[in-house]
Amino acid sequence: MTGNASALQLVLTADPTLMGIVRLSLLVSLSAVALAALIGVPIGALVALTRFRGRELLIVFLNAMMGLPPVVVGLAVYLLLSRSGPLGAWGLLFTPQAMIVAQTLLVTPLIAALARQTIEDLAAEYHDELAAMNVGPLGRIGTLIWDGRFALVTALLAGFGRAAAEVGAVIIVGGNIDGFTRTMTTAIALETSKGDLPLAIGLGLVLIAIVIIINALAWAVRRAGEAYAG
Amino acid sequence: MRAPSSELPIVLDRVTYAVRGNPILTDLSLSIAPGAPTVLIGPNGAGKTTLLRMLMGLILPSHGSVTRGGRDATPERCAIVFQRPAMLRRSAAGNLRYALAAAGLARADRAARCAELLALVGLSELADRPARKLSGGEQQRLALARALAKDPAVLLLDEPTASLDPAATKSIEDMIHEIAARGIKVVMSTHDLGEARRLAGEIVLLHRGRTIETASASDFFTVPRSHEAKKFAAGELLI
Repeated sequence: MTGNASALQLVLTADPTLMGIVRLSLLVSLSAVALAALIGVPIGALVALTRFRGRELLIVFLNAMMGLPPVVVGLAVYLLLSRSGPLGAWGLLFTPQAMIVAQTLLVTPLIAALARQTIEDLAAEYHDELAAMNVGPLGRIGTLIWDGRFALVTALLAGFGRAAAEVGAVIIVGGNIDGFTRTMTTAIALETSKGDLPLAIGLGLVLIAIVIIINALAWAVRRAGEAYAG
Repeated sequence: MRAPSSELPIVLDRVTYAVRGNPILTDLSLSIAPGAPTVLIGPNGAGKTTLLRMLMGLILPSHGSVTRGGRDATPERCAIVFQRPAMLRRSAAGNLRYALAAAGLARADRAARCAELLALVGLSELADRPARKLSGGEQQRLALARALAKDPAVLLLDEPTASLDPAATKSIEDMIHEIAARGIKVVMSTHDLGEARRLAGEIVLLHRGRTIETASASDFFTVPRSHEAKKFAAGELLI
């Protein structure tokens, strides 16, 4: 009970340590989702709208990668960025940038797979109309992305949810360094193991609040989409 | 009345269209000339939709040729309304503005033309409503307006009143009369013999991918030549 009260106090008084961790977590996850969107949406559109050898295999691969274990991504990025790894000279290991890279890899397949499904469904529905209106390839892609924007935003929110909640990748490549690479999830894991429950519970409350906000946003986007676009 | 278009006549010469070896249209010859609406009739699977898609240039013949105005050209002033038109996820006016932009109309002229077309199809009041939330009849009217955005010389309509109630059917048929009176060549398919009587200047009876009979509407219904046309005009089933 005392732990819960202390946790609530940390949240309500905007404890600087707690806020620093929340800020870094949001920065890392939002940056990762932005990068993943820039990579994933075009990949999704490309796979949805083109036919090539091995396309079905790529779709299965993308769908499988949606369930990629974060620790495996963390391990792969660790091997890439460690001193003896191919990108070791960049000196990114145990930095927020490394965490962004890991989360981008984690979230990109999810966004690409959801974007592909959205755009492919819409392309099938619009195909004849757009062909009859003589809309060119670039115009078609623009139309499909624009008309699928509500579903695509929902995909981005799902990506953010996955990034914000994961612990395996960021703890491996970030190192959980106090004040530098400590995120909400890695801090909860550490503080729980140390027995410092108030901070862990406080961060847990913030994380749950963020998850609820994300789901509320996804719901609001869907509702807005239905109201605006039918 | 507009001047005759370079799109017409559309002449199909011994056209065959097959999908994976299965013929959908077989050795079909037909000439679509300016004038009153040409109505394609025939049972399900006769090839009506495929023929309209070919007239629109969405599919090419496996054998034979299609010429427009005597030239082997792609359709430019040809528009189509599909049996189940897909509504873009925008308002009714948004759908129309999109079609006007796709047709190359200057941005400055779009708002006025959009208002004009919405008024023509009686949807001015519903301009801001999401197109996908319109009723079936309203969606058909919007699809008609969207097709007219191209200022077509030839308008292809695939069963435009299928699954509409009598009031919505009447409203679409009135619009087809008005469009035809403006000099736009209408080519449409229907299952409904009554509709064919009300709208057609010329009837083309299709069966199993072939033209069985082409005749003026009055001849088709009074003195049908072929056995199939006699059965069809008498309301019997063609299987």
